Amino acid sequence: MAQAAERAKPADKAKRAKSRGVAAKAVSNQPGLPKEQLLRGYRDMLLIRRFEEKAGQLYGMGLIGGFCHLYIGQEAVVVGIQMALGEGDEVITSYRDHGHMLATGMEARGVMAELTGREGGYSRGKGGSMHMFSKERNFFGGHGIVGAQVSLGTGLAFSNAYRGNDRVSVTYFGDGASSQGQVFESFNLAALMKLPCIYVIENNKYGMGTSVERATASHDLSQNGAPWGIPGVQVDGMDVEAMHAAAEIAVAHCRAGKGPYLLEVKTYRYRGHSMSDPARYRSREEVQKMRTERDCIEGARHRLEGLGVDEAAFKAIDDEVKRIVQDSADFAQSSPEPDPSQLWTDILVER
Amino acid sequence: MTVILMPALSPTMTEGKLSRWLKNVGDTIKAGDVLAEIETDKATMEVEAVDEGTLARILVAEGTEGVAVNTPIAELAGEDGSVSVAPLPVAVAPVAAAVVAVAPAAKALPEDRDWGPSAPLTVREALRDAMAIEMRADGDVFLMGEEVAQYQGAYKISQGLLDEFGPKRVIDTPITEHGFAGMAVGAAMNGLKPIVEFMTFNFAMQAMDHIINSAAKTLYMSGGQMGCPIVFRGPNGAASRVAAQHSQCYASWYGHVPGLKVVAPWSSADAKGLLRAAIRDPNPVIFLENEILYGQTFECPTDPDFVLPIGKAKVERVGTHVTLVAFSIMVGVAMKAAEALAEQGIEAEVINLRTLRPLDIDTVVASVKKTNRIVTVEEGWPYAGIGAEVNMQVIEQCFDWLDAPPVRVHGADVPLPYAANLEKLALPQADWVVAAVRRIV
Repeated sequence: MAQAAERAKPADKAKRAKSRGVAAKAVSNQPGLPKEQLLRGYRDMLLIRRFEEKAGQLYGMGLIGGFCHLYIGQEAVVVGIQMALGEGDEVITSYRDHGHMLATGMEARGVMAELTGREGGYSRGKGGSMHMFSKERNFFGGHGIVGAQVSLGTGLAFSNAYRGNDRVSVTYFGDGASSQGQVFESFNLAALMKLPCIYVIENNKYGMGTSVERATASHDLSQNGAPWGIPGVQVDGMDVEAMHAAAEIAVAHCRAGKGPYLLEVKTYRYRGHSMSDPARYRSREEVQKMRTERDCIEGARHRLEGLGVDEAAFKAIDDEVKRIVQDSADFAQSSPEPDPSQLWTDILVER
Repeated sequence: MTVILMPALSPTMTEGKLSRWLKNVGDTIKAGDVLAEIETDKATMEVEAVDEGTLARILVAEGTEGVAVNTPIAELAGEDGSVSVAPLPVAVAPVAAAVVAVAPAAKALPEDRDWGPSAPLTVREALRDAMAIEMRADGDVFLMGEEVAQYQGAYKISQGLLDEFGPKRVIDTPITEHGFAGMAVGAAMNGLKPIVEFMTFNFAMQAMDHIINSAAKTLYMSGGQMGCPIVFRGPNGAASRVAAQHSQCYASWYGHVPGLKVVAPWSSADAKGLLRAAIRDPNPVIFLENEILYGQTFECPTDPDFVLPIGKAKVERVGTHVTLVAFSIMVGVAMKAAEALAEQGIEAEVINLRTLRPLDIDTVVASVKKTNRIVTVEEGWPYAGIGAEVNMQVIEQCFDWLDAPPVRVHGADVPLPYAANLEKLALPQADWVVAAVRRIV
């Protein structure tokens, strides 16, 4: 996706993040993005939303099997952060990964075709929803074991430090994964070695069906890296501009060689943990309230309207997104299943 | 007009009850609106609209049970009429005829050759030299682990490497196997070639998830995009009097996993030649050393290009009456047994497997076709062990050549005890091998 053409001024509140071990609240609605960039962010968020809705539909039709974790509601997180990244920066995440892939510029066709287990998928149908990769877009998966991507992402940062380039790696994980032992092992390693790693805790309030309050005694996940001196801030994950502003600070910190940085993003998933989750652990009112009052796409649209974007412009974006998503769904159904010979390929690199 | 179909709401759902409609005919539907409640095999779920329009017709009344997945349940009139009918799902047919999946034959492996003059070398020095040579040749190769740098290695395998390569490439880690193994795998996915030293493989159990799920499976799950060129090495199996938690052989654990290569050297030549090959290999390689062997001296080729092929066994001793198959420290035990047997007029052929995965079964089978008898020797437990695998493959491939049932010599099926006498009773000795051979020859 488009790189940030101009760097937005970070929200003042977020600047406090520099102070070690202090909970700096970067929750902010302060203006940050110029119109064109915000419009691009709006488009990217809408693409993820429509893509996920379509994936949910194809799942319902039996075209997608197994587990399928939708990202609906959390779109501002990846879109805001991606806008602050540069060419070559790496991204790695968990199994709720469709949005991250689209944000890194991977093609909707290849992602959707992987969901349907077809030859045209990013893993040629052998990985599925939770296991997709793109070397070209520096997307390192797509990992099905909760928390594993945190150590792996730390390794991506290690490779950048080893090579002495100025790339940063973004490691996403959920509030559920934040209790995994290897997350704390990774914090220690990254701080010890001053690795350029941005840890992003996407706190959507529930690890599957267990609320964050019932899962951790830490009341402020942004401070989970504090014992190692990792600066951390809380960010409003329903606001793409706040996300972008916080990411700018985190990226600058890492690129400057100051070591890792932690963002705890307050976000919300509208759908269940996976397709088969009836979500009885929260009320319909809670979901509805977030959807109507805090939706990231509606919020961005409102801001854009204030900046003078007219209905025709929104309609054009809408149409473009619809076209891309429909094309991906068509491709995902017309691409052939992998040839039976594929069963035996890619087990080892043959030389 | 868009047809709304009965959705599958779980991986196992084939039908469900349409409990309640939350929208009426004529209602305007926006994406995300809850249309209906459906009872699945697991729970009651809400169905949200994907397409927008007006609810034109309800095709399945609420309260209907046993509605098959993909049955049309309602029709939606499009806002602009341009929305196409959602394609009816085509059930993906299972492969018509039962196809027995057959793995393609392994490629021919490069032959070991005569490397010319040799000199005495300890296994410890051989391992160090192999790492040093490969690190000189390739800047992407680095060593990390507990005590590998300033301490010069818990077992002094990395002696001198910090001095030559500096702290950037010889890295002391905290005691954090899960974390540093994952970090190394991530670095390998991004193109570096880490050598991860586990102080012993007993501690690698803490890192098992990254070795199996992250390192071994990613190439396959990425459709061949994301490889993992990494070596996990360290001592495996029993040392001496360190009891159960520090004395386990993991050969069959790792040998079980597609996506890994598993190497278990015995001599200095094995150690040097195979470690160099492992570091150059683009796949994750488990390199199982043995603490007791570290200090032992063997002849090792002095040729600077000396390297051995992974996946090729070595006939250490030629014989005609029985085939002894062993790996790692048990090769020495088998050799000692062969000498004792020779005094009794029995000529044993001893095969050093060198690699456990891919297994060089051809060399074993060729030998058994000559000797018609096989005894496997391993330090690990018998259940689902390497001996079980080797013997089963022999039965599959040359049953008619066998003149006696295959025999396994193995460690006692108990956690390894501390007491000196009990420990000795639990680990295979040369006389166990002699006795096993005498049963079938």
